[in-house]
Amino acid sequence: MILTAVTPTTTWYLVLAAGLFAIGMVGVLVRRNPLIMFMCIELMLNAVNLTFVALATELSDINGQTAVFFVLVVAAAEVVVGLGIIVSIMRRRQQVSADDLSELKG
Amino acid sequence: MELFVFVCAAIMILAGALGVVLRANPVHAALSMILTLFGVAVMFVSRDANFLAAVQVIVYAGAIVVLFLFVIMLLGVDKAEDLRTEPLGNVQRPLAVVLGAGVLAVLVTAIVKARDTLKFSGEGLNKATVEQADANIRQIARSMFGDYVVAFELTSVLLIVAVVGTVVLARKRKSDKAAS
Repeated sequence: MILTAVTPTTTWYLVLAAGLFAIGMVGVLVRRNPLIMFMCIELMLNAVNLTFVALATELSDINGQTAVFFVLVVAAAEVVVGLGIIVSIMRRRQQVSADDLSELKG
Repeated sequence: MELFVFVCAAIMILAGALGVVLRANPVHAALSMILTLFGVAVMFVSRDANFLAAVQVIVYAGAIVVLFLFVIMLLGVDKAEDLRTEPLGNVQRPLAVVLGAGVLAVLVTAIVKARDTLKFSGEGLNKATVEQADANIRQIARSMFGDYVVAFELTSVLLIVAVVGTVVLARKRKSDKAAS
């Protein structure tokens, strides 16, 4: 039976994480809603977490899993601050688009 | 069986990620992100990172996505936006897809090329068993409160700064009140 014959190796996990990262990157580039762009950044962070965990098992090193914990904490702080900024911007204007926030453009 | 779990979780992850990018309604995008986060948690379990899988579900799916949904509802943007009329040039979208495919190709090439250079380096992972169900948590705790205790303390500073900063950002200023 093929389901038991093949076991996924670390390379499979890494390739999957690369795919997730690429999708998140394309999302940041093609969407203009700041909330969706934030979600795509979370997708990229998750891809990195998956890479950390896959390599922690491959190298038998617990430090990879500790690093994922710190990434989670930083991601939580980042989301809190980012959403606070978005809310305070949206109070002043109605249109939700990253292209409208161009006052600092040279 | 492992292959079956991997394929199912991979489909969850990729379908959820594509949902985040392609769905027009921000609420649907947030729910698609939950699918991706659960898929990643399944991957963590299959790689013997039980504690991180639990934290992933609680912190990401439980807290962060709820925060996203809360802000979506607060701002009242929970309606489908027309993706075609978004102010994008005709060039940017195909260019972004090409760039994404290029990044993917580079990463996959690097992974496949470097496959044989991975060498066993750590002191070994304790896998959770029936007799010792908390082996993984114990090992992470020893690493976090031993080698990385300074970084751990600094994360508390980071969280305090983030919370205070958000309160300052979201607070109504006196000039706003006077104007309204």
